[in-house]
Amino acid sequence: MDTKTSRRIFKPLVFTASLLPFAYLLYALYSDTVLGTKLLTDDPVQKFDRELGDWTLIFIIITLSVRPLADILKKRELIAYRRMLGLFAFFYGVLHVSSYVGLNLQLDFAEFVKDVVKRPFITVGIIAFTAMAALAATSTKGMIKRMGGKAWTRLHWLIYPIAVLGVVHFYMMIRADFSRPVIYGSIIFVLLAYRYVVKLRRDGKRKRRDAETAAA
Amino acid sequence: MLIKFKKASDAHESEVTPKELFLNRRSFMAAAAAAGGTALLPAFPNDARAAFTNLKKDPKFQTLEKPTTLDGITSHNNFYEFGTGKTDPKKNAHTLKPRPWSVEIAGHAAKTGTFDLDDILKPHALEERIYRLRCVEAWSMVIPWVGFPLGDLIKRFEPTSKAKYVAFETLVDTEQMPKQKLPILDWPYVEGLRMDEAMHPLTILAVGIYGDDMPNQNGAPIRLVVPWKYGFKSIKSIVKINFVEKLPPTTWNIQAPGEYGFYSNVNPNRDHPRWSQGRERRITGEGGFKALIAPKIETKMFNGYDDVASLYTGMDLIRNY
Repeated sequence: MDTKTSRRIFKPLVFTASLLPFAYLLYALYSDTVLGTKLLTDDPVQKFDRELGDWTLIFIIITLSVRPLADILKKRELIAYRRMLGLFAFFYGVLHVSSYVGLNLQLDFAEFVKDVVKRPFITVGIIAFTAMAALAATSTKGMIKRMGGKAWTRLHWLIYPIAVLGVVHFYMMIRADFSRPVIYGSIIFVLLAYRYVVKLRRDGKRKRRDAETAAA
Repeated sequence: MLIKFKKASDAHESEVTPKELFLNRRSFMAAAAAAGGTALLPAFPNDARAAFTNLKKDPKFQTLEKPTTLDGITSHNNFYEFGTGKTDPKKNAHTLKPRPWSVEIAGHAAKTGTFDLDDILKPHALEERIYRLRCVEAWSMVIPWVGFPLGDLIKRFEPTSKAKYVAFETLVDTEQMPKQKLPILDWPYVEGLRMDEAMHPLTILAVGIYGDDMPNQNGAPIRLVVPWKYGFKSIKSIVKINFVEKLPPTTWNIQAPGEYGFYSNVNPNRDHPRWSQGRERRITGEGGFKALIAPKIETKMFNGYDDVASLYTGMDLIRNY
């Protein structure tokens, strides 16, 4: 199968799969409301907040995994899915913030401002979210052209601090039992360490090459 | 050691259950079973159940607010000994064995020792107290507890003048409470009250909800309920009551001293560092879309139990949070 055909098949598949967590939440809400189940627990506001935050982090992790996976599997074409996955991370981020402002604070914007200023875990979360919005807004081909590859790459480097801030935000929110943010944090650490090692090797190679050229 | 029990209460236990009440109880049990309340299977021996049949219902301790459904009260719990998720205790608390159960009474009191729970309960007439429960996480419930004033129990054990505080301890048993194998909190869970708080008529020891035995996930077989304080003060599955002279350590204060103080009175003016305490989400037990968009309600000072204000006259309740 050539790359074009595989993309035509897999892109809609990945797209649909990425919507499944959201679809599940909607189904659960329907089921709880109409069938009287408690899939979203007795406190669906908190469940929405938490689940949507979780999926934001998971999609950030998936997005960061694309490059290492493409390297290891030697499948460059995987990179083509990265933008879509990154945009899904932003999609869940938007829903997470909407759930917090709309359902949890019930659109009390004064309270929202107070939270952002007074509560460090929310400050951190909002900073990460704002940066994500900047990346989403500049994710089109047109924007890459307009910004120029270098500036664009520099801006999109922000995905690394965004991932770290996201985990810190999660960690700071928890009262006890830090296992989940620690797991997410460890995965992100490995994904960032991978890039650092690749960069070190590349720099080493370049230095050696430069040295050789100078000697010749 | 043998404790002499008051004769007056004996009459209560021999009272015959009125037929309507008996039938009510039946239909309630059936409804609960239909609602999937398997956690309600009788845990008490039959003789102890008799105490549940003629509950005193003092209008002073009832409320016009709609109580949270039994399913809500038993499905949404913070009981970290069975897991940190809200739905974990319902799933995991079946390993707790609420009988036989003994409670140690210790410290500065004339009568101390370890007693079988049923012997401790015998002289106390059980009553229904419908209280609001406000969790520090900004959600709340309305719960019809079955219990008796802690003060009545304290008097029986005759604490001395050295007893300035009452300290409580939850069971530690990794067989019955499997998550205690993990260092989530500094086990055992410990709590405490100042003596005047413990003696306040609103403070009860609860042994049931909705006119029936305490479900495991709610702190069977006996727990504290202090309605004007955040929920975590109301320690569950108590095995020790200790009369002490100095302010006792309390679990959440050990965990995060800047967030949870010894008093932990419900106070909308003193925010938790990580969220506002001004409003709360009422857990009704209905779930679904209604619960998703239900307006939040204003949190009241002392959770609306203004009677207790006199306990704190002259105290800065922002600093003594």
